[in-house]
Amino acid sequence: MEILVCVRRVPDTSENEIALNAEGNDIERDDLVYSTNEPDNYAVEEALQIVSRVGGKVTVVTVGGEEDEEVLRREMAMGASHGVLLTDDAFTRSDGRGIATILKAFVWKGNYDLVLTGVQAEDGGAQVGGMLAAMLDYPFASLVTAIEVLEGKKLKISREIEGGNKEISEIDLPCVLSIQTGINEPRYVGMRGIRAVASVPIASYGTSELRIDAASVGEAGTKVRRVDYFVPTTTKSAEILQGSREENIDKLLELIAAKGGLK
Amino acid sequence: MVEGIQSDVQLTSWLTQGYFLFTVIHLLGLACFAYIVAKRLVPLLRAQSDPRFDQPLARLGKVLKFWFAQWRHPRYPVAGILHILIFSGFMLLAMRAFTVLMVGVSPNFVMPGLSGSAGRLYQEVTDYAATVVFLCMIFAIVRRLVFKPPRYAVPDLYGKSHTADAIFLLGLIAILMAADSLFEGLKAAAEAQQSHTAVLATVLSLPWIFCISFASASPTSLGRLYFCGYLLHESAFYFLLCYRPFGIQFHVETSLFNVYFAKLKKGTLKPVRWDVSDEKLDQVKSFGVKTFEDFTWKHMLDFYSCADCGRCSDNCPANAAGRPLSPRFLSIKARDYAFKHYPMSGHAGNGQPLIGTIYSEDEIWSCTTCGACEEECPLLIENIDKVVDLRRGMVDDGNVPQSLQKPLKSLESRGNPYGKLEKKRGDWASAKDFQQTCQVKTLDKKNGASTLFFVDSVTSYDDRMQSIARAVARILDHVEENFGILAAKEKDSGHEVRRFGDETLFRALREHNAQAIRASGVSRIVTADPHAYNALKHDYRDVPPVEHISQVLARSVNSGAIAFRAVDNHENVYTYHDPCYLGRHNGVYNEPREVLDAIPELKRVEMKRSRDRSFCCGGGGLMLFYEPQEDERIGVKRVRMAAEAGANVIVTGCPFCMTNIEDAIKVAGLEGKMSVIDLAELTDQQMVREKPVRECADEVTTELVAGR
Repeated sequence: MEILVCVRRVPDTSENEIALNAEGNDIERDDLVYSTNEPDNYAVEEALQIVSRVGGKVTVVTVGGEEDEEVLRREMAMGASHGVLLTDDAFTRSDGRGIATILKAFVWKGNYDLVLTGVQAEDGGAQVGGMLAAMLDYPFASLVTAIEVLEGKKLKISREIEGGNKEISEIDLPCVLSIQTGINEPRYVGMRGIRAVASVPIASYGTSELRIDAASVGEAGTKVRRVDYFVPTTTKSAEILQGSREENIDKLLELIAAKGGLK
Repeated sequence: MVEGIQSDVQLTSWLTQGYFLFTVIHLLGLACFAYIVAKRLVPLLRAQSDPRFDQPLARLGKVLKFWFAQWRHPRYPVAGILHILIFSGFMLLAMRAFTVLMVGVSPNFVMPGLSGSAGRLYQEVTDYAATVVFLCMIFAIVRRLVFKPPRYAVPDLYGKSHTADAIFLLGLIAILMAADSLFEGLKAAAEAQQSHTAVLATVLSLPWIFCISFASASPTSLGRLYFCGYLLHESAFYFLLCYRPFGIQFHVETSLFNVYFAKLKKGTLKPVRWDVSDEKLDQVKSFGVKTFEDFTWKHMLDFYSCADCGRCSDNCPANAAGRPLSPRFLSIKARDYAFKHYPMSGHAGNGQPLIGTIYSEDEIWSCTTCGACEEECPLLIENIDKVVDLRRGMVDDGNVPQSLQKPLKSLESRGNPYGKLEKKRGDWASAKDFQQTCQVKTLDKKNGASTLFFVDSVTSYDDRMQSIARAVARILDHVEENFGILAAKEKDSGHEVRRFGDETLFRALREHNAQAIRASGVSRIVTADPHAYNALKHDYRDVPPVEHISQVLARSVNSGAIAFRAVDNHENVYTYHDPCYLGRHNGVYNEPREVLDAIPELKRVEMKRSRDRSFCCGGGGLMLFYEPQEDERIGVKRVRMAAEAGANVIVTGCPFCMTNIEDAIKVAGLEGKMSVIDLAELTDQQMVREKPVRECADEVTTELVAGR
């Protein structure tokens, strides 16, 4: 099975202190550490596990600049056989639809049975997967928590729905799936793994190779524009229970029950 | 006299009849043993290299102390004394056994130097030795069957009980001793008959009992029995010799080599590969131990040498807390694997992965590398290097628990496991209250110092631990040390990164720090973190000498540079908890105690498990992030031990011990009844200064004072 996984480089939320810049229209990016969007690691891991069961190859792709090669290398160190960078000045500041347009052009170039994305980008809006599927006219399923390959170009998938319930569906290939975290346990990639793939070439494509109209992507093609960044003011939300241990336990149970946490 | 010789002639004539049979058994026994040992050596020849042929004098010293003098045995008094008796019995009986064996093929054989009175004395001594060993076997059997020391039990997880095998082996030795004594006793009986004298055997020995029992037997019966006694002795001897390499008694043969080739330097870790230089390490295809053949030959020898005594697991904190790790079974399972996959005949070795077959992932991540198992092992078996090698293998395969992946990634990108900003690493020193009492220099091109205070991650970033950093800074200031910190230029020492198996990341951290340290131009390093201390001392190269703050403190107290005022609360009873990487791995036991004992009116007690038997707090560094399966936190057990000793203040010298014990106090429900304080904090609190700064001391410290 040929699997394409779309990945993205984002500011690592666990390793940064996010603050607004002076203009208030973006976050302060000077001291940021970037890493692979966490859900994308689960998508790559899932692709690798599928390939180890039924054979095939995994390709990882991202839209961005040279600095984004870092996430491709990390995913290649996990075991993806190819990394592809879609890069062009015209792609800068694309909105979700723009990214989906670029990815669609790349998917058409290849012969992929399955396209995976992470459930959402940590700095995004969980929109690219769905739009990409629509543009490709592929079936789409979001929040996927299990994948089983069936006979006859079909998958059996499980989706997480409200309340922790599971919905099991069959879906025809080729399709696009957005992968929920927790579907597996992504393997660890250390410096050694990344060094091992440091010299593997990464293909890169721009508007001409992808035959994309530069006006349909990037800032020019943007239909959604960011107007403001806003950090909500913190309110006093912690309540410290002051009593004996037993009293505190009773009070805590009461509070949890009041919020619907206990049935 | 003439009659005596006649008697000998008579008995030896019986032996002469068996000459052919005895020779066959001799040759067969020796051939079998040689074949078995050769087969046992096969995996060792396929193993990784391990250079242990250096420093013969140091190694001989180890042999004298740990093998010949049985140094560690008395730590378990009953089993230890029993073993010392058996061991010395065997040593004494070696020549006698050889003589007895030779008599079958050369009836007049006498060991050179053992004729005449020397021979008589040796005879008497060994008569007793055989008796003592025989009695020890009986006692050991009874102990196994009736008293059943709990450490010999085999948890269901690890298979069937080993009692039957142990008793079989003990029984065999008892038979060997009995056969030997029967043989000697009959000889004495025959001599007595011939010379019409009283019994000649050594009084109250086993041979003496046999001698009396058969004193009135006819010469023919004596001869027949003599023949049988020899045959029994010879058969038992060779059966044992050839059976031992199949179980726990192989240590009789391997122990000498295992001790000679034992690791010489504590606190160190083996490199990924002994035969690959640092520069070429990146080219090595596979890191760590994945299959049995990835172990070094010495580690395989360890597996063969394990005597199943259970002392390692009895002292293992992970095992005590119900984690799925028992160091004893690390060896036993690997030995069983070796026996199964390197059989006496047929195809050898299949190279299957060890994780998932004989070891589980959790088992290998459960180890805190505290070293309690290694400290206790009478045979000097190494476990930490093996655990780390197995972890290296898992890291190389990407097989790392999710809870550890985040901190490892943060260590890679930010140089600390929390993923906090590099520029905030030195923020603990710029707290306003603190700056009024003490100014800490950040070392750079303009600001130099002779001493570097290496703070390390947890002490730099953790709110609670920063109080240790401030205490250390105030102490260094007080003793007029010209010191500074690296602040943002310091990264994690990488001590736990290395012990959790990510060698490449460790090397990157080490290179960064070593360069920063050398560039700072300092001539010595001080740290309050035993893990950083161990890393800088053993894992780093070409950096200035390092000391733990307790060593600085002890020296300053002894020289009078630090004087203490008496403790405020006389109700408090203190106990010192030895951090593993300060105590066991580096032998710093006395200095912290000297400091405590210098504080007037401080009452100090020792926990039952202290010094080299100290019980780990639960593990430092990345172990803080690991979520083990366990019945009870290791730290909670430790806190209970302190309570048992009658203490209500635990003093420690490690930020991780502090964190773990502080959490454990809460979990154990002893908040308010028990507290923990770092030695540096206590010193800072009790130190006599020219001008009092107590109101400026850290909140936590003042809180502790208020608590008294």
